[in-house]
Amino acid sequence: MRSSRLWRALPWNVLGVLPFLLFALLFLLMPTANIVAGAFVDDAGGFTLKNIFNLFTPEIINAFWLSIRLSFASALIGCALGFAIALAVVLGGLPAWLRGIVMTFSGVTSNFAGVPLAFAYVATLGRVGFVTLLLRDWFGVNIYALGFNMISFWGLVAAYVFFQIPLMVLIITPAIDGLKREWREAAEVLGATGGQYWRMVALPVLGPSLLGTLALLFANAFGAVATAIALTGSLLSIAPILLFNQIRGDVLQDPHLGYALAFGMIVITGISNGVYVVMRTRAERWIK
Amino acid sequence: MKRILSWAAIAVGVVYFFLPLVGMLEFSLKMRRGEYSLDAYRSVMGDPQFQATFGYSVVMACLTIVFGVLVVVPTVFWVRLKLPRLRPFMEFITLLPLVIPPIVIVFGYIRLFNTSSWLPLTGTTLGTDFLLMCGYAVLALPYMYRAVDTGLAAIDLRTLTEAAQSLGAGWITVLAKVILPNVLVAVLSGAFLTFAIVIGEYVFAALLDRPAFGPYLVWAGGNKAYEPAALAVMTFALTWACMMLIQLATKFSKHTRMPR
Repeated sequence: MRSSRLWRALPWNVLGVLPFLLFALLFLLMPTANIVAGAFVDDAGGFTLKNIFNLFTPEIINAFWLSIRLSFASALIGCALGFAIALAVVLGGLPAWLRGIVMTFSGVTSNFAGVPLAFAYVATLGRVGFVTLLLRDWFGVNIYALGFNMISFWGLVAAYVFFQIPLMVLIITPAIDGLKREWREAAEVLGATGGQYWRMVALPVLGPSLLGTLALLFANAFGAVATAIALTGSLLSIAPILLFNQIRGDVLQDPHLGYALAFGMIVITGISNGVYVVMRTRAERWIK
Repeated sequence: MKRILSWAAIAVGVVYFFLPLVGMLEFSLKMRRGEYSLDAYRSVMGDPQFQATFGYSVVMACLTIVFGVLVVVPTVFWVRLKLPRLRPFMEFITLLPLVIPPIVIVFGYIRLFNTSSWLPLTGTTLGTDFLLMCGYAVLALPYMYRAVDTGLAAIDLRTLTEAAQSLGAGWITVLAKVILPNVLVAVLSGAFLTFAIVIGEYVFAALLDRPAFGPYLVWAGGNKAYEPAALAVMTFALTWACMMLIQLATKFSKHTRMPR
């Protein structure tokens, strides 16, 4: 009797999610944990912080710093332009059909990243690209003579922004939808100007969403590697390419440094995603 | 004034997005000197490497979709029906693939499943293919999970399940004949998104050393002039088709659903 009650009290329901947990454990959690653990272990298998300290060489610091600046610049520009487009579509008094088109197009272009994006970019701004020739033949401007370089910092930012803007549009549009008409009316009744409404009501409400999405876009760019590899042929020293080369051929002469490098990337994307989650909970207080 | 600014924002977006698209389209047509032609496309289509890698990636995408559906649908169903307290945990787990960079995950695979490990998946071709499929399923997990979760939220899960069970259906029958048809649209949109993600994926395939479409794209980018642009146009068309199919599926569902 007693044992049968115990038998029934056991959480048998959990069995139903066991296949999923096994899948997540084997192909998501354990591989990541393995890398993180590897970052804190020396050749003999003992605990060490040496690998983390070894990250602080000029080469690796520069790679991380370049990655951070690249991700931040592309996230900031993507955020600003995406926000402007989303505002225009939702509140700008534009024809309603435009919104559907913009949203579908954003869905497509946010998934059109990686290698094909790099090709599109080369075909546009490469040495014989469409826009390069257009500017040269029609306006007499040779952007390469002016010092433009596709695989420079701003060249890469321009390529990354291509998938950042649509992501911003997709995420921020629901937040703008959540701005209640009553708030604007209440502000106007109390004598607020349009500028005051935006500064004191709308932007504070949207603030957490904007900051959170900025963090998400940052993490999105930070982990991206295919576009950069296709553009630069893995020459550019950004953190993910450094790690890619390390996995391919142990270029750092120390496998443990590779784990530390990967751990550093997890820390950075983890922090920015943490910011996103916190900001989203804060944003949901207003937007229901 | 507001409307002018709005149109200006849209115009900036149009210029920014259409120039590269027009650029790649124009470039892909320029293979023959002095006139537009489809030579680059013909060259791509005739390349046996293209046929092999593209075919490989299509098969991998389909396998990933089947695998993903088999893992996600029963799990979401069970959590919604029996373990609703587990939902925040599930949300967290399925968000992780967006947090951990893919390159780190595949690095972990190489460490964990190498030939001298307890589960030497990378030792055989079949094992590596399976590993690659699991990796793709992980990449698609955030999208698949959310699509199915939203789909299941829209139906009366408990009543449907109890009705089926009182008619004598077992769990598998409930899932396959009652639940799945009801969330088919959600599953389909997850599936097309998975397809779009898998088809051009580079990092997983390159580091696991499998002959997929992504590594072929990079190789073509380094060795050919006009073909990469043609490949980019084709990939863009494919992505567009996937998104259109998602919209179509959603629209289709609005007509089949009974008014309540």
